Order: sequence, then C-alpha cells, then structure tokens
Amino acid sequence: MSALNIKKGSTSHSAYDLRSALSEVEESHTLAVIVENEPGVLARVIGLFSGRGYNIDSLTVAEVDHTGHRSRITIVTRGTPAVIDQIEAQLSRMVPVYAVHDLTMDGPSVQRELALVKVRGKGDHRIEALRLAEIFRANVVDSTLESFVFEMTGTPEKIDAFAELMRPLGLVEIARTGVAALSRGV
Amino acid sequence: MSKQMTGAKMVVQALKDQGVEVVFGYPGGAVLPIYDELFLQNDIRHILVRHEQGAVHMAEGYARSTGKPGVALVTSGPGATNAVTGLTDALMDSIPIVVLTGQVPTFMIGTDGFQEADTVGITRPCTKMNWLVKDTAKLAETIHQAFHVATHGRPGPVLIDIPKDVQFANAEYTPAEKAKVSHYQPRTEGDPDQIARLVEMMESAERPILYTGGGVINSGARASQLLRELAEETGFPVTSTLMGLGCYPASGKNWLGMLGMHGLYEANLAMHGCDLMINIGARFDDRITGRVKDFSPRSKKAHIDIDPSSINKVIRVDVPIVGDVTKVLEEVLRQWRARGSRTDKAGLAKWWKQIDEWRAVKCLAYKNSATTIKPQYALERLEALTKGMDRYITTEVGQHQMWAAQFLGFEDPNRWMTSGGLGTMGYGLPASIGVQIAHPEALVINVAGEASWLMNMQEMGTAMQFRAPVKQFILNNERLGMVRQWQELLHGERYSSSWSESLPDFVKLAEAFGCKGIKCDDPKDLDDAIMEMIRYDGPVIFDCLVEKHENCFPMIPSGKPHNEMLLSADAEAFRSGAVLV
Repeated sequence: MSALNIKKGSTSHSAYDLRSALSEVEESHTLAVIVENEPGVLARVIGLFSGRGYNIDSLTVAEVDHTGHRSRITIVTRGTPAVIDQIEAQLSRMVPVYAVHDLTMDGPSVQRELALVKVRGKGDHRIEALRLAEIFRANVVDSTLESFVFEMTGTPEKIDAFAELMRPLGLVEIARTGVAALSRGV
Repeated sequence: MSKQMTGAKMVVQALKDQGVEVVFGYPGGAVLPIYDELFLQNDIRHILVRHEQGAVHMAEGYARSTGKPGVALVTSGPGATNAVTGLTDALMDSIPIVVLTGQVPTFMIGTDGFQEADTVGITRPCTKMNWLVKDTAKLAETIHQAFHVATHGRPGPVLIDIPKDVQFANAEYTPAEKAKVSHYQPRTEGDPDQIARLVEMMESAERPILYTGGGVINSGARASQLLRELAEETGFPVTSTLMGLGCYPASGKNWLGMLGMHGLYEANLAMHGCDLMINIGARFDDRITGRVKDFSPRSKKAHIDIDPSSINKVIRVDVPIVGDVTKVLEEVLRQWRARGSRTDKAGLAKWWKQIDEWRAVKCLAYKNSATTIKPQYALERLEALTKGMDRYITTEVGQHQMWAAQFLGFEDPNRWMTSGGLGTMGYGLPASIGVQIAHPEALVINVAGEASWLMNMQEMGTAMQFRAPVKQFILNNERLGMVRQWQELLHGERYSSSWSESLPDFVKLAEAFGCKGIKCDDPKDLDDAIMEMIRYDGPVIFDCLVEKHENCFPMIPSGKPHNEMLLSADAEAFRSGAVLV
C-alpha cells in the first residue's frame, strides 16, 4: 500500500481512533475508598472521575477515624467491567488512598441512604402522605399546618419509591445523603 | 537539641539532604526568601532559566539523563502556571521531578492577591501528588515525602506550594531519616506464579517478541542489563517504544528497531504476527496499538508494569505482572534458567527467517539527492560522525523526532530524551541544557525542527550564561512538517497554517545570543559543517536547510492495524514489485 493510494481528504481519518474499543453492558458498583483526610483529597478523587470520564451516581464522604485522620468515601459508579477495574486501579495508585473495596464484588453488603422529604398539602393529601410515611417507616421531623418534613433511611430504591409516591401528594423538596455502605459479616 | 530554622532555610537544607546538586529556577516575589538562602550557600547550584517552562524541561532532561530526580523552583501565579506544561509532560513520560512553587502568604490565600493562583488546584491533575504547606513545622517532612513519592513506584512529577509567610517563619527541621514517608510503598516484586506462567509460555513460544518501553529505563541500569541477558539467552527479538530506546542496544543482533505509528516495518509486523508478546515497562499507547480491535490478534500477552492501572487499561492481557522491571526480570531469568533455559529453537528459527524477509523490505529507504539535504541523510551523517562519542540526544516534537528515532542508534539507556506521551514542542532545547548541566563534558545534541525550536528559543540565553555547549541541530524545512504530512495524506492537501513564515536568520540569531551559528544547505558541505558544530567549544545553532516536502515513513494512519502500514515508494518492496500485506 503506497501513500498515494490513501483516500485524500477523507474525513474518516483522524489523529485518533474514533471507534470505541469494546462495548459491554454497564454495571453499577459501590466502592468504598479509604483515604488520608488531608486538604484536597476529595478534589483529587473526584478529579480522577471527571478527568477520565467515569460516572459518579452517588458520593458520600466523612472522616471515620479521627485519630488516624482516615476518611471513607463511598462512591456508586457505573461502567463496563473493564472500566470498573480501571477505576479501582486508578484509585488504588493515588498517594493518599489506603484501600479501595468494591462492595459489589466483595459479597453481600448493606447499603443505606438518608433522605429528608418536604411535602406540602392539606386535607386528604396530608392524611395520605402521613399514612404512606408510616408504611415506609419515615419519621416526621418538622411539621406546620400545611407541610411535613419526613426523615427516612433505606436503600436508594426505597427512597426513590417513597419520593415517587409523595410527588402527587405535594412533594416540594428532597435532600439525600448518598449511599453509605458496609460489607455484611466479618 | 532541636534545630530551629526558617522555612526558607529548611527548603535548602532538605534539598541538600536529598542529594540535590542543581536547581533550575526563576525568582519572583513569593520565593525571594528561598532565593536569599540559595545566595548564602555554595552546595546547590542554581541555573537561572528564561521561562519557567524551560526550568521544568531542564529538570526533566537532568532526570532522564541521570536517573536522579530533577528540581525546579518557581514563583507563585504565572511562575506556577508556566510550569504546568512541563509537569504534564513529566507525568505522561513518568519522569521524577520535584517542583517548588512560591505562594502568597497564607492569610492572603483566596483574596485574589497579586500573583496568586490556585496552584495545587491547577496542578492536581498534572502531578503524581502535590501539597500546599501551611505550617513551617511540616515543611521539611513534606519535601522529604515529595522526593519519596516522585522516585518510588511509577516515577512522576510532584509539586510543593510554599506560602511566603511559611518561608519566613521558624520551626524545627525534620531530617530525612525522621520523616514519615507515608504509607506510599508500591509493590515491586512480581507475583512468582504469574512469572511461572510467563516462563512456561516462553518455553513453547514459536513467534515471541519483547516489547519494551520507558519502564525499563526508569527501573535503572540493571533492568537494561537484564533485558540484554534475556534477549541474548532466549534469542527473542526486541522492539521498543519511543521512550524505551537505548534499553536494548541498536547494534544488538536481536534489535528490530522502534515500533509504532512511525516504527519499523519489521517491528510492527512482528508485533502483529507474534504468538507471545512480552510487554516490559510499556503501556500500549495509542501510537503503538493502532486499531485496538485488530492489535496483535493471535498472541498471548504478558505485561510487566509497576503501575497496576497500566495493566488492562487499553489491551486485555493474559499474564499481568505488577512489579519493578528489574525485580521481575531477575525472577523471570532465575525461573527460566532453573527449568533448563528452554526455547522452541525450530520455531524461533522460522520466526527469524520471517523477520529477515520483513527486514529486506528496507522500510527506511529514501531517495537521496545530490543537491538538497534530505532530513534522513542529515541524521545518517550525524549518526556516523558522532558514533562512539559520549553522546546524548534530545529532540523537539514532529517529523524530525521520528526520523531521529529511526536513524540514530542508542547503545545505552538514559541517552535519549524526548517528549513521548505529551508530545511537547519546545521540549528539546531546555531539555538539552538540563542534560548538559548534568554531563558537562558530554556531547549534547538537540535534534530539532525549526518550528518546535522557536517555542523555547529564549533558553539559548541560559545555555550561554551557564556555558552549556549544547548543539542545536535544526532540520529546517520551513514547515510544520508533521502537520503538513497529515494534511497532504489525510486532509486533501489543504495546508492550513502549516508553513513557517517570517523565520529568523538562525545564524544571525546565534550571533545575537553570542554563540555560533552554522548554516548548511548543500549535502556536499554537510559533513564538514557537522564536524565544525561538534568541535566548537560552546553552544551552536545549526540551521540545516532540508527538503521541504519529505514525508516520514513508515506510517500507520491512526485507527489502522499494524499490518496496514504506509511505506515510502522508495522501500525495497516497491522497487522489486512485491505486494505488501
């Protein structure tokens, strides 16, 4: 093949291979990342996700060991198995990262999220909201004559379901913490 | 008795404790206390650059040619932002450098103070690690940690941002041996079971290839020695990425030449046709793999890399080995020898016969001219006239870089400094100065293109001031040659902004800097001109006017597999009428 045989001015040629490598099914994974709690560590982890084009569906972070200055970052992410592997490898090699646990792969885990849900309504809507809240074991943490703030804990799916039910009953606002997760057993 | 000192003095003390002999830098308001301390001592030499990007590339050249970390010192704001390109370059090519930046005083951070920039924010994605030190008591320890992180695991750039009040304040100095070097201790020993699998594959492979990269060089001189032993004893062919040139000698009998987009025909076809690929310290870069789907489709692949994230990032491999190249190769050789040093000799003989057929294509052949200097000819002559000398080569980025990789031979590691991953035009001139500062007696040549070279030409002032006799060998085609080549082949010959207008007279430019200028445009004069450049005791700018429309072959267009290579019409296969793959 000579240089002269190549199609001139073809737009299909690029400086990069524009076709994606392998398309597989995307999976959701919950990762627990134990990091040194130092300035910028969260920005470093998030920057990895944005810089390399990975997804974050949910993120929670707090210091869990005050004497050792360790924080636990729980990230729910999506990607093909190859991408998930790559995310874990990229996280693991970061200097302030102590450990990365893939809770989805490590066996059964407990996942919980806390939500505050504000619902506004009068009459039947108000009674129905309160009745549903009882079914979902949500607590009332604030009340006026025409509104409630419910507090509930559960899996993200349970919170989604509750929010869906509250929508026609006057859902005004919702605050969610994102997922905290631990593996089951020891 | 605790040792109290200012933060600025701590910086100098910590650098001394880390064995630093040279710092490349540029002063400014936020680093003046440190410059004061540098002024008061004689152990550390300061090289005043002309632009902070130059300082970082010099530190890179110093590091690549010595294996020791390079150090740069710049001020806050623009000093730090000018360092960003060099940091990114060092990150992509895994070069250990430590960059110290000044910062506005802690009480001014966040107020948009004069020459304030969010340096750790800006450089977070382009450093291996960075720190903003707000407490003088932690400064020395942080600097020791920074050196540890830069040089352990996969090497890379680190940055320490030091506010001016932290430089002035007093605290106790933490010596290097007392510094907590954090938990950062990457694994260096390869998994013996995976190595055993690799050894078994080596014994039965019919068409093996050693695909080596910059990781061999980063692992130290011993790694190159082990690679040579492995190649000689097994008889396996060796190819290398741009970054790995020199880890196996170009004169070695198993050498196939560089692979990749502008790699040699025999190297790329051997990669495509092999049945066992052993990747040693390379990372399956897109300039190497071409179309991933069709990359070496029939081979088992082993990958030795100290960075676990390099493994299975682009290409799925069968045998992943996380570890330092030296330690892994030691174990590979130990196990393979212990099992009787077996290979499939009949298979290998057939494989080499095939490789020799590919070699016969003579993919680097070009049509020479009696009147015009061909860039390939210029490099062939440079190679012939400098062979055997204590020689270091740096390059800029573009056609000249690929020709240099094809036509210059490297016998040892750390002799070839080029911007591989980032492809930074303007890298070569400052890098050559960094190399020369580390090796004052050596012949240091920057093979350049005129367009790249102009990007950091101010550093000729640094070369003059510090008597760094660097030779700037500029292959001047008055074009952005690689851009022009792509436009010719892939963009309908529409040469959009790819020629160099209003070029300076390089000889007069040399005179203006106070160094020597040489111009050559006739192949008959070339040898004498090159010898004049080599013999001149001082920096030289060599304006080598070459053929303007020469294309660099072989070439694998992006997104094509290895066996769809463009060859020069001058290659043997065309002359003999052979049809290629």
